[in-house]
Order: sequence, then C-alpha cells, then structure tokens
Amino acid sequence: MNKEALDQWIARLFERDRRATAKLISWVEDDIERAYIMRSILKKTESKLVVGITGPPGAGKSSLVEALTKLYRSKDERVGIVAVDPSSPYSGGAILGDRIRMQAHGTDRDVFIRSLGTRGHLGGGTRSTLDILRILEGGGYGRLLLETVGVGQSELEIMQMADTVVVVLNPGTGDGIQAIKAGIMEVADIFVINKSDLPGSERMKNDIEMMLNLSCNGKTWRPPVVLTSVINNTGLDTLFENIEAHQAYLLESGQSDERRKERLRLEVWRQWEDKTQAIFEILWEAARKKLENFDQEDPYQVAQMLWEEHFKEDKWDE
Amino acid sequence: MKKSRIRVLVGKPGLDGHDRGAKVIARALRDAGMEVIYSGLHQTPEQIVEAAIQEDVDLIGISILSGAHMTVFPRIKELLKEQNAEDILLMGGGTLPEEDIVSLLQAGHAEALFTPGATTTEIVSWIEEKLAAIKAEV
Amino acid sequence: MSDNFLRWKANYDAQKERKGPFFTVSSVPIDPLYAPGHMTDIDYEKDLGNPGEYPYTRGVRPNMYRGRLWTMRQFAGFATAKESNERYKFLLSQGQTGLSIAFDMPTIMGYDSDHPRAYGEVGRVGVAIDSLADMEILLNGIPLDKVSTSMTINAPASIIWAMYIVAAEKQGVPANKLTGTIQNDILKEYIAQKSWIFPPEPSMRLITDIFGYSKENVPKWNTISISGYHIREAGSTALQELAFTLADGFAYVEAGIKAGLDVDDFAPRLSFFFNSHTDFFEEIAKYRAARRIWARHMKEKYGAKKEESQLLRFHTQTAGCSLTGPQPENNIVRTAYQAMAAVLGGTQSLHTNSMDEVLALPSQKAVQIALRTQQVLAYETGVVNTIDPLAGSYFVETLTNQMEEGAEDYFRKIDELGGVLGAIRENFFQQDIADAAYRYQQEIESKDRIIVGVNEFVNEGKVEIDLLKIDPEVERAQVRALQAMKQGRDNIRVQTTLADLKEAAQESGNLIPKIIDAVRAYATEGEMIAVLKEVFGEYQEKAVF
Repeated sequence: MNKEALDQWIARLFERDRRATAKLISWVEDDIERAYIMRSILKKTESKLVVGITGPPGAGKSSLVEALTKLYRSKDERVGIVAVDPSSPYSGGAILGDRIRMQAHGTDRDVFIRSLGTRGHLGGGTRSTLDILRILEGGGYGRLLLETVGVGQSELEIMQMADTVVVVLNPGTGDGIQAIKAGIMEVADIFVINKSDLPGSERMKNDIEMMLNLSCNGKTWRPPVVLTSVINNTGLDTLFENIEAHQAYLLESGQSDERRKERLRLEVWRQWEDKTQAIFEILWEAARKKLENFDQEDPYQVAQMLWEEHFKEDKWDE
Repeated sequence: MKKSRIRVLVGKPGLDGHDRGAKVIARALRDAGMEVIYSGLHQTPEQIVEAAIQEDVDLIGISILSGAHMTVFPRIKELLKEQNAEDILLMGGGTLPEEDIVSLLQAGHAEALFTPGATTTEIVSWIEEKLAAIKAEV
Repeated sequence: MSDNFLRWKANYDAQKERKGPFFTVSSVPIDPLYAPGHMTDIDYEKDLGNPGEYPYTRGVRPNMYRGRLWTMRQFAGFATAKESNERYKFLLSQGQTGLSIAFDMPTIMGYDSDHPRAYGEVGRVGVAIDSLADMEILLNGIPLDKVSTSMTINAPASIIWAMYIVAAEKQGVPANKLTGTIQNDILKEYIAQKSWIFPPEPSMRLITDIFGYSKENVPKWNTISISGYHIREAGSTALQELAFTLADGFAYVEAGIKAGLDVDDFAPRLSFFFNSHTDFFEEIAKYRAARRIWARHMKEKYGAKKEESQLLRFHTQTAGCSLTGPQPENNIVRTAYQAMAAVLGGTQSLHTNSMDEVLALPSQKAVQIALRTQQVLAYETGVVNTIDPLAGSYFVETLTNQMEEGAEDYFRKIDELGGVLGAIRENFFQQDIADAAYRYQQEIESKDRIIVGVNEFVNEGKVEIDLLKIDPEVERAQVRALQAMKQGRDNIRVQTTLADLKEAAQESGNLIPKIIDAVRAYATEGEMIAVLKEVFGEYQEKAVF
C-alpha cells in the first residue's frame, strides 16, 4: 500500500473514523507497515494509562469490563477495549466470545471493542497488543481496557502491557491458591473477588490480605482487595475509585515513567530480536545447504566447522 | 492488503434462540484456522454491523431459523453500505426455502446461503475459495 | 454371562462383521446380542412393577392405551389469531384430540408486534398474541371445557396463561374446569432453547407463583412441562436429555418446597415433554427409565405420598433435528418410526412433525399426513393392544438400566456444582450439549453416521414441495389491530394495573392475580413484561462452544 493511502487512513483515525481504527489495527496485528503506522500514531498520542483485567476463565472479567465501561460512559468518557482469547494450538484459529458480555454497548459509537486471538505467540499475548491500544487512543478512546484470560505464565506477559493490573478471582474455588502458583501476586495492583454473593468471599479476602502482608513489606503500593458482584451491582464504584487511586499513584510516584521505560526496553529488545532472527535465518539458510555435505554425526563438531568456515575471522570458542 | 487469518463474525440476529448450528459452524471455522467473533443471541442488524466493522472481519455469517430472513439480509447489506463497508461479505444459513434463497442471491442481499444438510466442510471451502479469489483480484 | 452365551460369542467373534456403525443416535455402542445373563439383577416388582404400580416403569396407568389412547396433539400456530383459529378447527375436525398452541418469537420473547425488535418476525414461527383481544379471537368457537390446550410459552407463561383463563371465563367456562398445560420451564431455556427474559431467580418466583395459584384456582391444569425436547434439539445425547430434564424437574420440586408448598400439593400437576429421536430402542429405554427414576426420587427423596406426585406423565414430539431438507418425503418415514417408539414408551400425548418442517411451518397437506401417521399407529399396527409390550426384552431392560445409572451419575455431578442453577452458571449443561452437537456433525461429515438422502443415497436435482408462506401483510395487519385496540381501551385502568403489578413484583406475594387484573384491562404482553423487566432485570448468557 502506498504511503499516501496509509496517511489518509491515519488521518481518518484521528478524525475518529471507526473503520480506519479497525483497519489500522488489522494491519498492525499482521505486521503490515507496522513501523510506519505506529511511528505516525505515537507522535500524536500521550500514552494514556491502560487498565488490564485478568483472571481464570469464568471469573466474570467481561462482565466487570462492561460494568466499568458503563461507569466511564456515565462520565462521558470514550472507552477502547481489547479482549484477548487463546488461539487453538492446533489450528491457529480462535473463537472470540468476549463481546457477548458487553452487549449493552453494542451500538454505542463511543465504545470500541476489538477481540484478538493469541495467535500462537509463546508469550501468550499478541505482539502488538500495546500498539493496538495506542491505535485506539489515536481513535479518540481515552479510557483503555485490556482483558485477557487465565492466570498462566503466558498471560502475565500481556498484562505487562497494562499500567494497572486488576486480577479477578471467584470465591469458593481454588482460585486463591492458583494465583500463588502462577506468580500473579507480584503482578496484581488490585485484587477483585467477583461473584462476592457466593459463600467464601470473606475468607478469600483474608487469605489474600495475609499473603500480601508477607509480600508487600516496604512496597509503596499495597494492592487493595475489592469485593464485587456484577449481578447485584455492588462494589463497582469501589473498584473504579481504586483504579483511579492507582493511576494517580503511578503518576505521582514516577512509577508510570518506570513502567514506560520497562516497556520501551522490552519492545526494543523484541524488535532487535526480530531483526537478528531475520538475519539469523538468512545465514542459516546458507549454512543449512552445506550440511548436506557432512556425513558426520557429531553435531558439536559440525556446528564448529560450519561456523568457522562461514565466519572465517571468528573462532567458535570466543 | 493481505490478512494472515480469516476473520468471521458469526451472528444470530433477531429473537430466535436456536444456536446449535451457529456454534457448530463457529467451532468448525476455528478448527480450520479462522478467527471467529461470536456475536451472541438476540442481535439487531445494527449490532451485527457495528461489531463487523470494529472487528474488521472479512465476512459476516448469520444463522436464521425464525423466518425473518427476507428482512434481515437486506437490512444488513443496507447498513454495511451506509458505513462504507461493502467489502465485508455476507453469508448465512438456516430455514431458507429455495425460492427465497434464489431471490436473495439474485438481489445481491447475500453472497451465499446454506440450508440444513450442508456440511461444515462445504462452508469452510466456500469461504476459503471466495476470499482467495478476492485476494487474487486485488 | 452363561457358558451358552460365551460359546455363542466366541463363534460370533470369529465371523466377519460388516462395517457398521453399531451405535445409537447418541453414539452409545450396542452389543450384537442380549441374553438372560444381562438381566439377572432385575427384580420384576422392585424394578418394573405392573403398569400403574410403583415404580411405574411399565406405564403410569393400569390400563394405559386399553383405557384411553394417547392424545393426538399437533403443535400449530402462525400468522394472526384468526388464521390459527381456523387451523385449530381444521385439526379438531380431522380427529385431533387436544390443542397445542405455537406462539411467534415476539410473543415468546415478551415483545408486542409493534416493537422495533419484532420487525420481520411477527406471525412467522407461531401466532402473534399481544393482548387478551388476540386470545379471544384465537379461542373463538372452541369448547374450552372439552378441549385441553397445551401452550408452548415459557418466560411470559404467567401472562399468556392469565389471558387464556380470562378468555375462557368470558366464554362462560370457569377456571376450575380448564384442562391443559403451559410449558413454563425456564431452566431449559438457559440450558438449550434460549428464549429467556429475566434472570433465574425471579423466573423461578414466577413459576412457584403459578404453582400456588393453580392449586387454588385452576386445579386441573398442568402448570409446567419440564422439557427435554429442546435440550435434545440443541444436540444432546439421549442420556443427557433424560438426566438434564429430570434434574430440572427436581429443581422445580425443591423450589416449590422452598416456597412453602407441600410437595403433594403441586407435584401431581408437573408434567414432562420429551423428544423422540430415530434410534428406536434407545428412546423406549429412555422413557421407561424416566418413569422409574422420577418415581424413586419423588418417593424416597422428596417424601411424596400421593401416587400422582410420583407419576411421570409426558408429552412427546418427534425429533425436528432428525428431519432433512433433501428428499423431504423421507421425513414421513422417520416421523413414523419415532412416533412408534414414543407409543411403545408409553407417552400420554404425541405430536408428529410434518415432512416440510426443515424449511417452513407445515402446510395443511403435510400436517394431515403427520396426524394420519398417529392414527395408523393407533388403529392399524396393533402395538396398543397390550401394555408395555417390550418389557422383559433382554435388550430393552438392559438399556433401561444403563440409562438410569447414567442419569444418576449426572445427578451427582450436578449436585457437586451446586444444583441446576449452579451448573447453569458454570455452563456445565451447555458445554456438554455443544460437544455432543459437534461430535454428531463430525460423525455425519466423516460418514461414520449415515443420514439417508444427505450423505448417502443422495438424489440430484431440486426439491419440489409446496411450502407455507407467511404474508408480510400479516405483520402490518397485526400492528394496525394492536394500535386500534390500544386506542379503544381504558388506558387509565391499564396504567393503574401496571403500576400495581410493578409494586407487587417488588414484594413477595403471588403475582398471578395482579397479572390477571392487567390482562382484563387489555394491557399488552409487552407492557407487562417491560414493567417486570424494570424490577427483575434481564438475563445475559456466557456462550460456550
């Protein structure tokens, strides 16, 4: 696609054209002119804070996202939501069903929902999750929500894209214990016990508070534990206030800058990784052909011989 | 501009709650490597089109068993046109009498229509071939 | 198993078996032979009983079809009340013995015909009923003291039932003479049919209100038709249909008891609705197991003392999901076999599908054939001459036992999830159903399962049958009539009764009298539902695949 056409699409994005928003997201997700698009957009966005919501399947994350969206809308704010679901490891396809729980905003032009599959990325998230959130920001959505499923190691990586991480658990399940195993304690900025109308919520709250006592000594932000029930419409204002409080904390303490630097480091690292991977593949292609000529079995020897043949200057052992 | 995965919105418009077919197809499309956004039940044409645009899907597939197909398909096409999204294809399945299928296809209100007995393999093939053909034209 | 059998089996195994498959519609594998050794644990009195005797495996009445044939009850309804009324009169004149009313989607979902959501859907899958005025036209000239009526309505059942009661009253038939059924089974909506409006808790309240009102005022009415039909249509196996339906039944019993009713006061009026699919013996075993399981649980777990509380009476409909688009005449054959299974299973009433229902509502010709199917079955085949003829069959008794064991396993799982409401929340039923539906489709596509005319014995060429068409003018006419009615009624009275209804909904008293008041004032269904939605809220599902 020529640059003029792209520029037009980007201009339309900033005019709040939803088709442009959707198209740009697709191109960035597919790595089409990604650098060009993102550089144009990043010039004009502020990097607004992202609220991430994660937790085991069935915890009620989508319902909470919808409830938060309602609150933001009542304050006349525009909301951009990215919902990530796992792709099938076999086919690479995915069924993305989070929109269903957000029906109330189906035709509200001030809410944009985009569903992503993890597309087999080992990190469990999409490469471009943060870029997509920035595109939504460019499209005029000031409140950014990121929803992912699961408390596994792979999902933690996507959550790193968020500034405020809300972990949603349900009482009466093994959720609390799962959380420890998956290392979610470190990543959570706010804990939510949803479906708090079910028995066991107070006990879970106590369990989490006790674990926080151990792990939070000396840290400046202690994650609050909020009880919510979307069905009964309780606790949502408290959650909202806690999110606001965390965001204020991030800005005042300089933490948001820290996190931004960390993300920059990660992203640059990834781009370098991609670049070196590309170079590696070219080099390897050449070397691979030569492998045919070797009929030895010893991979250590072969690797060294090929290397030294190729990089005549470099010795293998240096 | 090429897309690496086919994205499909599977929707249930109107008041009809029979989602067995829609769900079986959603699963089959996923198993064929596509990303399926499932819209849920009781959707209005407006909700379906809005979702299709936000999700930038290649194709909308709707399932109708309530007899309202002669109003729903044209309405969705109309909305897509209004939103400058006519490149999003529209197909569907359900209790569609032959006469109505012919009429809808001829009027351009849908790209393909399937009746009960159509296999998921047929539907997946149709989608893949159709989109490959469009890509080839571009 | 005896030596005799083992010897036979060894010989059998040495022979060549053809390709198969040898499994049921539910993918349950079946043995080549069943013999006395399969039935050694069965005790006639304890496990079978005579017809009309606990545990009722052989039938709910001592005389079954020798006393009275099943009710031939064809589900019908389309377009306007007037056209449906004509179809009902036609069917009654052709020998149908009970009415069964199908409503359109807007009525089912609680919208009036002039609501934007109703656009394009008025009168298409059933009759449009917006107010008492429509109900009066629908039942005009039908003797409601003689004809029993079944109404397939769930979320708004309280309102439609109230309309029926008031319309009958205006005909001069008092409520205590009315016989019939309202489907009123909201749990299966969340599980399978998905025509819900309110969330589960307020929906259960409406149902127990109906139980309570019926006991005092409409004692001959079946207040609920606990349904497996839709669960099966959504793709479940026969065992899941059986287990999930009975689990729902137990949930309603527990709700009634929790609401302060004595089990024997409402349980006699609980009835059931099952599917009859094409695997002949699997279905028969399912019905027999259903009766036995229900009787045992009602007596032993819920302490029901009245015989009527222990009886599982059911209506059957042949399987819509088994019908095919290609070669629709084959559907007549499928329906006939399915009907026979239902009768050999002891159904109390039966609907047979028409051959064209894959594509449209049935034409008059097709529905007549469907009715004649039942009549040939009743009058020519002789299967009604003796009661429960298949009892004692090694095969059928084994299958019946297997069904019961499988169901009990499911009941345990459901209990662990916190009962039916808990299991619905966890998507337990919905996931099993989606899995079974997907597996069935895959079996067809891989030709492990043969469907005649679809993946084998296929014809080329188009299908030529006349289909029923609903004229779009129907919707316009209905909207005009509705608006005229709204102009002509006492709108102050409507507002007052609606306000009273809303207030009552916020408290815990029985809502039926307030609904009846609003119905009398010609408040519309949509108006009443809108008011209840304000108090109860709306349900939203989380879909599983």
